Amino acid sequence: MSSRLRHVCWGKVGLVTIVVLYILWSLAPVAIAFLFSFNAGYSRSTWQGFSLQWWTGSKSVFNLPIYTDAIRHSMLLAVLSVAITVPLGVSLSIFLSRWRGITARPASFLATVPLVVPELVLALALFFLVTKVNLPIVTLGTSGQVVGQVTFILPLVIVITIGRLSSIPTGYEEAAQDLGASPPQSFRLVLVPLLQPAILASAIVAFAVSIDDFVITQYMSSTSSTQSVPMLIYTATRGGATPALNAMATIMAVTTILIAAIGFVLYRLLARREQIADAPAPALAVTPEGAR
Amino acid sequence: MTPRRYLLALGVPGLIWVVLFVTLALYSLLAIALGGLDPLLLTPVPAWNPLDWSTTNVHLVAQSLQPFSGDTWVVFQRTCIYILIALAGCILIGYPVAYFTAVHAGRWRGTILALLVLPLLVSYMLRMLAWVGLLSPQGWVNAVLVPLHIVLSNFGWLDGRAITVVSGLMYGWIPYFIIPVYAALARFDTRYLEASRDLGAGTGSTFFRVTLPMSRQGLLAGTVVVALPMFGDFFTNGLLSGVSSTGMVGTLINTYAESQTNQAVAAALAVWLTVFLAILLLPYLRSSARAGREVGR
Repeated sequence: MSSRLRHVCWGKVGLVTIVVLYILWSLAPVAIAFLFSFNAGYSRSTWQGFSLQWWTGSKSVFNLPIYTDAIRHSMLLAVLSVAITVPLGVSLSIFLSRWRGITARPASFLATVPLVVPELVLALALFFLVTKVNLPIVTLGTSGQVVGQVTFILPLVIVITIGRLSSIPTGYEEAAQDLGASPPQSFRLVLVPLLQPAILASAIVAFAVSIDDFVITQYMSSTSSTQSVPMLIYTATRGGATPALNAMATIMAVTTILIAAIGFVLYRLLARREQIADAPAPALAVTPEGAR
Repeated sequence: MTPRRYLLALGVPGLIWVVLFVTLALYSLLAIALGGLDPLLLTPVPAWNPLDWSTTNVHLVAQSLQPFSGDTWVVFQRTCIYILIALAGCILIGYPVAYFTAVHAGRWRGTILALLVLPLLVSYMLRMLAWVGLLSPQGWVNAVLVPLHIVLSNFGWLDGRAITVVSGLMYGWIPYFIIPVYAALARFDTRYLEASRDLGAGTGSTFFRVTLPMSRQGLLAGTVVVALPMFGDFFTNGLLSGVSSTGMVGTLINTYAESQTNQAVAAALAVWLTVFLAILLLPYLRSSARAGREVGR
């Protein structure tokens, strides 16, 4: 008996060791990259003392247009992508989960295709669509990048929202309509409030994926003015970039983490309010299954 | 406005978007792959009409995919080997991490989960940038390994080493593997473990006969979630190696796509890759549909 007990304990110790080592391995390199943004020298690999020169002053990340432009462009793409994907994805999800007709199944398959082909294939396909078909408005550059990101993020929003919708009985909307609400009213007054957690989770995921996206953003780019942060990191890392590059990457990471944290706190507040109101418990995780 | 009309109005913008930017985009890829070349500019000309399709590009790729001898075959084989090793690493490290977090973490669960999600919020490129710094000849990895006589001084980890690329792929994608495995294991009812133990099974046999079979769906989902992007990955390779001797299928497609005259070949190769992955995915999609039906029952 005692030997078996000890055996179980050793198993747990082993598991804890793996978890701790994994977390160190996954996060320590990022922390070191952040540390190197305070390097006194020009190197991004050899420590030469502490300095704030890459954070303030003439050589700093905030004073070189190449870095500030990339940050500004990434932010613009993220805001536009979230603003388009969330309403588009949520309304499409309502259609897909409530429509009883022949179009729903093939449509939901098509909408989730971007999840089951490599991003590179979708990027190449969108690149040919934009360059070989004369579409109005959409060209290589900001418009193409936004269209590409929205197409890529849409299935994630749909997965999150449909998961939530399937836990909301259709009875609520029907009751509202029986009581005299028009379909738009029952949507606005019943469904949208119930979908708030899913809408919030979608917005966070959409923002994080947009900021992180490289392949589609790269294929849909045109001139250097449409260079996003991941694109700049990709081209500058193997070149002779200064630690200001690390500073820029850190700024983006901290921004994303802060926005996700604020979103998560709001999400918890929404979920708690709902539990008090005794509505059905939220059956949704913040992280979508099948992201990427 | 009837409810049905209103529902349709909600769906139409999204439907148009998907038809235009998924269906039509993939059709353009096919039209380029099965199209011709402009005789003067040598740029690809899409064949929109299926009657005009020519198999020249697809045939060219098929020829170079000739088993064991074709140029693309070599790259394809290398891609599969790299990805299999990286996946094995993801499972060996990621599964215990997901398992502990879901089953044994107790009050630490929230904290660990946040730490597991954190790499997803730190961008992929920053995580690769971090490794480029650590692995450079004067970097911290050599600073540790050279005095231990494990590698020679100034060892070039970034000069096209297979081990660097495979570890990079594993490092880059493992967070995306852990999350779906965790999600599947978190639904796992630990009473089954107690039942197994009450019925006399030891730790090992409980694991292999109860825990592992019940994690199958999660492991499959995690594998698919990371294997798909690895097949299209060219940036990990580009940052950590940049040499064609470690090139993967994604690298090849990206290189072809960068030159105007080879874009049709890039398209043909992308079509081949998609067909290959669709065949690979079929059993997974079937089994997850079956699992979905069982849950629904």
